[in-house]
Amino acid sequence: MNPRTAVIAGIDPAAFGPGADLPLDPAAALQALIAGRFPDARGRFGPFGGRFVPETLVPALERLEAEARRALASPDFQEALAREGREWIGRPTPLCHVERLGAHYGVDLWLKREDLAHTGAHKVNNAIGQALLARRLGARRVIAETGAGQHGVASAAACARVGLPCTVYMGAVDVQRQAPNVDRMRRLGARVVAVEKGDRTLRAAIDEALRDWVSDPDGTYYLLGSAVGPHPYPWLVRELQRVIGDEARAQCIERLGRLPDTVIACVGGGSNAIGLFHPFLGDAEVEIIGAEAGGTAFDAHGEPVSDPDPTAEALHAATCVAGEPGVLHGCHSLLLQDPDGQVHETHSVSAGLDYPGVGPEHALLQAIGRVRYVAVGDAEALQAVDDLCRFEGILPALESAHALAVAARVGRDRPGATVLVGLSGRGDKDMPTLVQQPLPGHQGGATR
Amino acid sequence: MSGWTDPHEPGARPLAPADRLEAALRGAIDDTGHPAPALVAFLTGGHPTREGFSALLRDVAEEADAVEVGVPFSDPMADGVTIQESSRKALEQGVNLSWILDTLRDTVRRPDWPGTPLLLMGYLNPFLRMGMGRLADRARDAGVCGFIIPDLPLEESAPIRATLASRGLALVGMVTPVTPPARRERICREGTGFIYAVTRTGITGGDFTGGTSGLAAETAGFLDAARAVSRAPLLAGFGIRSAEQVRALAAHCDGVIVGSALIEVIDRGEDPGAFLRGLRR
Ligand SMILES: Cc1ncc(COP(=O)(O)O)c(C=O)c1O
Repeated sequence: MNPRTAVIAGIDPAAFGPGADLPLDPAAALQALIAGRFPDARGRFGPFGGRFVPETLVPALERLEAEARRALASPDFQEALAREGREWIGRPTPLCHVERLGAHYGVDLWLKREDLAHTGAHKVNNAIGQALLARRLGARRVIAETGAGQHGVASAAACARVGLPCTVYMGAVDVQRQAPNVDRMRRLGARVVAVEKGDRTLRAAIDEALRDWVSDPDGTYYLLGSAVGPHPYPWLVRELQRVIGDEARAQCIERLGRLPDTVIACVGGGSNAIGLFHPFLGDAEVEIIGAEAGGTAFDAHGEPVSDPDPTAEALHAATCVAGEPGVLHGCHSLLLQDPDGQVHETHSVSAGLDYPGVGPEHALLQAIGRVRYVAVGDAEALQAVDDLCRFEGILPALESAHALAVAARVGRDRPGATVLVGLSGRGDKDMPTLVQQPLPGHQGGATR
Repeated sequence: MSGWTDPHEPGARPLAPADRLEAALRGAIDDTGHPAPALVAFLTGGHPTREGFSALLRDVAEEADAVEVGVPFSDPMADGVTIQESSRKALEQGVNLSWILDTLRDTVRRPDWPGTPLLLMGYLNPFLRMGMGRLADRARDAGVCGFIIPDLPLEESAPIRATLASRGLALVGMVTPVTPPARRERICREGTGFIYAVTRTGITGGDFTGGTSGLAAETAGFLDAARAVSRAPLLAGFGIRSAEQVRALAAHCDGVIVGSALIEVIDRGEDPGAFLRGLRR
């Protein structure tokens, strides 16, 4: 579980410098993360991270980094952020004991209720923080990408709150499957652009947002929605999301008198997960698990359903489980790609996890073994949606349901464990997908 | 490239590929034999068809001082619609980096090859998958003199620059109108082969800020400033599509790069050679 050295296959010293292929010392890397020495001055988390962007964006990213460091260190900014958290988002979000579902799964189950945050998901923590930054930087307009639409809604709301116009890029596939969120964004005053290029999901939306930003790097602020992309975003987004883990850890100590045995969150780009995980990294006794989208390629035990064909397009989005090192969207991290280095199309029932990359901090945590990443298939996640609805009266986002499903696995492996699940969002946005699913207990499909 | 010797010919000391590229760009002449701005043509590898690419490359190489061959990538974030589409069409035909290298190698070995220096332009990830060392060896063998990697900024470039330089290959530096002066100077000093001056912020294709004829004073000023500190020739690119533009730019750079406009000509089934000749008229 805790290897003494971690070798990351596929990092080329001819591209990343002498020693890039040397084994990592996991203990030292973890210490560097906890002590804040990662990301380093070049934005690296060990071998991962960095800033692989067109030259046009480099000055903008340097400005953003400098201003973000100043802002996050400034008591005034922190106070403004905390006030927005309290009054506008509704923080702290509760830690909720779900005893009936816990009994069903065989664990003592606690949920960190980001679904109760304003606009319905953790995304708003990051959106309001960056919107305040955009205003400090004097931006004329804000652009954002969105997958599930949650980051788009959060950005639209945050931009309305700080008084900046907002344009949201969204893959055309996602515009369809998350229709309620599209209407919400427009109602909140954002312009929504359906991206018909590439795979027409989150990754194509990021491509398009980057193209927009390259065209106006000075006047436009790119409000990136996950802990991915070029430095400083993975660090900035984590700092804005770590409120989840800071609160949850303190709430556990207060309510439980101890830390949980296991902490679980879903991982798309990895923002809610890194926000929850980061404050627990130094708690060696706490097991941390990241739930990735297994799509149709992984069974209910997280095992691949068939022989993986290396040339086939991925039928999942489980990047830490199945990815290899590569560069996408300005960041060196793990990536689902073919042998030619072309990025795979991914599949997940949940739009927010449907992304072929992952944040660089997760790539490092996977390499050093501090976090275990597992794949949860569509069917298992859909089952968890029904479970939480039936046992606790909470409709979770499809993304969050992937994390919940892992709690059920923990119950089978370690019955009685105390488990904290990051419930990153609520499922209202998923109704167009859910109405396609049979209602549990009603053989033969949904009655509508 | 100082310090570089060709391992295949220990006695002689031929020009390193990077130097051959610089010399070709500096020595550009027009139809009448007069010195002219260098013309670098961009083609997407394997576009519009795999079968026709080698012949197209040769035709274009007749008219251009260097040819930049784009390696298609699934996520071309610095490219506009034209080059995105050409990349998609190439990928759909199964084009990959290995095929491009084989095709270049075969093409430059034909007796009718005009000897035009080649460049590979591509996003980092497909290059990383092949491995930079192996890629550099194969590229050199295929007549490639240098690389343009749009998602490799100065700060991340040192190991790759060294890997390429050890084979005598250039790594083109890119500067834009928003690059701060001190940074611009570093990029212009370190770039080899040529310096790619992006005429405007934005993606490839689209319109040029100067309209079709004029040249905005700030663009001219930016080019002049970059050229003054560049060791290698300074070429202007992004949105160049007319002879008027080339004439307007000529006093401020050593040449131009034509990409999207050439791809559009090819997509329309027109003659790329005639289009390129027309640009220097
Ligand atoms: C509710 C919810 N959870 C999780 C995610 C995945 O994003 P991340 O991995 O950045 O938390 C999304 C993304 O849209 C989301 O809406």
